[in-house]
Amino acid sequence: MTSLLVIIVLVLLSIALWQLTKIFDLTQVGSIKDDSQVANDGDNNVQGYLMFGFLAFIYIFTIYGLIKWGPLVLHTPASKHGSMVDSLMDITWVLIFIVQAITQALVHYFSFKYRGNKDNKALYLADNNKLEVIWSGIPAIVLTGLILYGLYAWTDIMFVDKDEDTIEIELYAQQFKWTARYSGTDNVLGKANVRLIEGVNTLGVDLSDPNAQDDIVVSELHIPKGKKVHFKIRSQDVLHSAYFPHFRAQMNCVPGMVTEFAFEPVYTSDEYRAMPFMVEKVKKINDLRQAKSKELVANGLPALDPYTFDYLLLCNKICGASHYNMQMKVVVDTPEDFKTWLSDKPTLVQEVKAANAPKPVEGAIGADSTKTNDTAVIAKIAMK
Amino acid sequence: MSAEGHDHEHSHEHEHHHKDTFITKYIFSIDHKMIAKQYLITGIIMGVIGVVMSMLFRMQLAWPEESFKIFNVLLGDKWAPNGVMANDIYLALVTIHGTIMVFFVLTAGLSGTFSNLLIPLQIGARDMASGFLNMISYWLFFLSSVIMVSSLFVESGPANAGWTIYPPLSALPQAISGSGAGMTLWLVSMALFIAASLMGSLNYIVTVINLRTKGMSMTRLPLTIWAFFVTAIIGVISFPVLLSAALLLIFDRSFGTSFFLSDIYIAGEVLHYQGGSPVLFEHLFWFLGHPEVYIIILPALGITSEIIATNSRKPIFGYRAMIMSILAIAFLSTIVWGHHMFVSGMNPFLGSVFTFTTLLIAIPSAVKAFNYITTLWKGNLQLNPAMLFSIGLVSTFITGGLTGIILGDSTLDINVHDTYFVVAHFHLVMGISALYGMFAGIYHWFPKMFGRMLNKNLGYVHFWVTAVCAYGVFFPMHFIGLAGLPRRYYTNTNFPLFDDLQNVNVLITTFALIGGAFQLVFLYNFFSSIFYGKKAVQNPWRSNTLEWTTPVEHIHGNWPGEIPEVHRWPYDYSNPAHDEDFVPQTVPMKEGEVVLHH
Repeated sequence: MTSLLVIIVLVLLSIALWQLTKIFDLTQVGSIKDDSQVANDGDNNVQGYLMFGFLAFIYIFTIYGLIKWGPLVLHTPASKHGSMVDSLMDITWVLIFIVQAITQALVHYFSFKYRGNKDNKALYLADNNKLEVIWSGIPAIVLTGLILYGLYAWTDIMFVDKDEDTIEIELYAQQFKWTARYSGTDNVLGKANVRLIEGVNTLGVDLSDPNAQDDIVVSELHIPKGKKVHFKIRSQDVLHSAYFPHFRAQMNCVPGMVTEFAFEPVYTSDEYRAMPFMVEKVKKINDLRQAKSKELVANGLPALDPYTFDYLLLCNKICGASHYNMQMKVVVDTPEDFKTWLSDKPTLVQEVKAANAPKPVEGAIGADSTKTNDTAVIAKIAMK
Repeated sequence: MSAEGHDHEHSHEHEHHHKDTFITKYIFSIDHKMIAKQYLITGIIMGVIGVVMSMLFRMQLAWPEESFKIFNVLLGDKWAPNGVMANDIYLALVTIHGTIMVFFVLTAGLSGTFSNLLIPLQIGARDMASGFLNMISYWLFFLSSVIMVSSLFVESGPANAGWTIYPPLSALPQAISGSGAGMTLWLVSMALFIAASLMGSLNYIVTVINLRTKGMSMTRLPLTIWAFFVTAIIGVISFPVLLSAALLLIFDRSFGTSFFLSDIYIAGEVLHYQGGSPVLFEHLFWFLGHPEVYIIILPALGITSEIIATNSRKPIFGYRAMIMSILAIAFLSTIVWGHHMFVSGMNPFLGSVFTFTTLLIAIPSAVKAFNYITTLWKGNLQLNPAMLFSIGLVSTFITGGLTGIILGDSTLDINVHDTYFVVAHFHLVMGISALYGMFAGIYHWFPKMFGRMLNKNLGYVHFWVTAVCAYGVFFPMHFIGLAGLPRRYYTNTNFPLFDDLQNVNVLITTFALIGGAFQLVFLYNFFSSIFYGKKAVQNPWRSNTLEWTTPVEHIHGNWPGEIPEVHRWPYDYSNPAHDEDFVPQTVPMKEGEVVLHH
C-alpha cells in the first residue's frame, strides 16, 4: 500500500515538474530562439510575477499559521515570573512581525517591480551614509530597549535572594527518570554525592548529615501554590535539562554540580485545568485520541486512555536512547493539600531503616566497607 | 605589487608545462579550480547523505507508529527491524545529519568550493599561495568524510549524542550505544576535518594578503573575497579550540582523565572521574560552534552580494558598510557563544553579558539586509536562477534572523531553549540561507567551473519548489516549538499533551519529502550539464570581476598571458559615464571619470 502511494506521489511529482518546465518554456515562445540559459525579458517577467506571488504566499501562510497553529502555543504562564517572560515575548513578537512584514514586502515587491527589461537602465547608486546611519541606529535603539527589559527580567528570575522565603526541593535526574527530594522541616537539603548511592538511597544522600535526617524522596513532584519553590538540581550520569514549559522554567542538570532555578506557581493543577483555553485544548486532544482509538480497536489493539491535563517536567537535553520518555508529573496543590500530601511521606532515613530491617547485617557491612575504603584512601594521601 | 616579476616566470614556466597525467589532473591536483570542483562534488555527495537522513527521521516523526520498508532497506535489520526505526538510530540520524550538514556541506562544500575557485580568480592570482597545502587540505577533508561515513557502519552504531556531542553522554559507551566506536570515529574524523580546514584557511588568508594583482587594493576586492577572507580568519581563531575540546574528550574517553567528567554513577557503578565539568566542554564547543554559523553564512552572504549586484545591474549598495558589517559580525561572533548556554548552569551574570553581545549582532546583520534591499531598488533585475536563490537568501535570512532576537534574549530563551523553535530558527537563518547561497554560487559560477551552462528552467523549478517547501517545513515548526515540544525526541506519543501537534508534524514532513525529492532536479541538472550543458561564453552574466576575463577552458595559471591589471572597483554596473551597463575591473578609468563610490 505504502509503496503504491509512493509511486503515485512520484508520478504526480514528475508530471508537476514536466508541466512547470513546460510553462517556463512557453513563456519564451515568440522571442527569438534563445538557448543561452541566461534570463531574458520573458524570464524576468515571469519570475518577477512569481516573486510577487511568493510575497502573497508568505503573507497568507503566516496568517493561516497564526489562525490554525496559534492556539497550539503555550498559553497562560503558570508561574509568577512567567507573565513577565510572556509580556517580553509579546512585545518582541509585535516588533518581529512588523519588521518581517515590511522587509519581506520590500524584498519581493522590488524583485517584481524592478524586474529586468532590456530598455531599462539601473540607477547608479553606490552608497548613502545617512541611510546607513538610520538603519543601524533604529535597530540599535529598539534592541537597547529589549536588552534592558530582558536583563531586568533575567536578573529578577535567576537570582534568588538568600532571605527570600522559599521551599527547597532537590530535582534529581538520571537516565531516564526524575526524582524529587524535599528538604523537610528544616528546609535544608542534606549533602549528597553519587558515591554514597546504595540500595534505597538512590540519590546518594549523606545519611550522617544532620540536615538529611528529615529529607523525603518521592517520584511525583508536588508544589504549593503561592510559594516560591527553589529547586536544587543534580544529575547522576549525563546532562539532562529540567524543563517545565507551563512555568516558563528550564535549567540543565549537570553531573558534578548543583544548578538552581526558582519559581512561584500561581495556579493549582485544578485551576489550570479549568481554564477555558485548557478545556478546549484537552477536548481537541481527546477528540484526536478517540479517532485514533477507533482505528486501534478496529485492529484489535487496546484503545487510548482519555487525557486529562497535568503539569509536566520534561527532559530537554539529549540524554540517551529513551530521552523521549523522561518525564515526571507535577502537581500544584493548595498550601493545605500540599502539607497533607507531604506529611504522609516517610523520610529517607525511615525508608533506609525499613529496607535494612530484614537483613540488617548485610546492609551494615556494605555501608561500612565504603567508609573503610574512604578512610584508606585518605590515609594513603596523608602518607604521601 | 611585487607579484608582476614573479608572474612572468610563472607564465613562462606554464608554457613549458608538461602534460598532466590523469592522476595529477583529476586526483592529486594542485590547481585551485580542480580542488574547488573536488570540494563541491564531495560536498554534494555528503549533502545527499545528510538530506536523505533528514527525510528518514522526518518520516519517523510524522508517522511514529507506522513501519516503512524503506527504513529496513536503508538501515538494515538491526536498526529498523520490520521497518520500525529504533530509537538509537533515530538519534544517530539526527546527530550525523547535523554534523554532515554543518561541517561537510556548508563549511567544506560551500567555503571550500568557492574560496578555492574564486580567491585566485577574483584577486588575479595564478593559484593559491601553496597549491600543495591546498591539495593536502582537500585530501584530509576527503579522508575525514570517508571516516565519518564509515562510522555509519560500525556495529554499535554511529555517534548519536547530538552534533554538539556534549559529554558525559558522548564520553560513556554505557550511556548511549553510539558513544563507543562510533564516537571515536566521529572525533577522529573531526580532528582531520579541522586540520584540513586550518590548512585551507591559512592558504586563503595568505593568498588574499599577498597575491593580489596590480591595482587590486583591499577596497577594490569583490565582497565575495572579503567574506572568504574574514571567514578564514574566524576559522583560524576558533577551529583550534574545537580541536582542543575533541582532544580532551578523547583523553577522557580513552585515558581516564577527568576534564569534562565528575561524580558519575551509571549502570550500577560509580565511575572514577572527579573534578571535571561538562560546562567547560560546552564553552569550548561553542567557542567554535557559534563562530561556525558565521563561517557558514558569511561566504553565502559574500556570494549573494556579488550575484545581487551583478544581476541587479547596480553597484552593491554601501560597499564599505558591507565590509564594516562583515568585520563587525566576525568580531562579535567570537564573544557571543554563551547564548547557547543560558540554562547550562553557568553563572547567570554571564547570561546577561552574552545577551548584550548577542543582540548587538542584529545591528550589522540589519545593515546587510537593508543594503541588499536597497541594491534591488531601481535595479534592472536579471532574474537568473542564481539571482532567485540570492533573493531567497535575503528572505530566509531575515525570517530566521528575526527569531534570533527571541533566542538571544536570555529571559525568552529559558522556555524555548532546545525546543523545535530553535530548530526552526537556525535552519532558516543559517541552514536554508547558506544552502541558498551555495546553490546561488553553483548556478552563477557553473560556467566558470565546467565551461557549460546549467539549464535555467530546471533552475527555476528547483528554486520555487525549494522556496515553498523551505517555508513549508520551517514556518510551522516555530509553532510546535512554542508549544513546548523538545527537539531530539524520537516520538511524542508518550506525551498526550503534544497529541495536537501531530498534524503539524505530518505537514512539515510532507513539505520536507517534496522539497527533498525536488533536489533531484538539481542533481540531474548539475550532472547532466557537466557533460551536455550548453557551452558557456566567456562572460555570460556580463560581470565586472576578474574571473570572467579568464578563458572558458581551464588552464593551469588561469590567464594565458599576463595577469590583467585592475583599475576600478568591482561594482561599476550602469555607471552613467559608460555606455555598457557593466565596466569590468580591467577597464582603465576614463579621463575625468569620477570615482563615485568613495
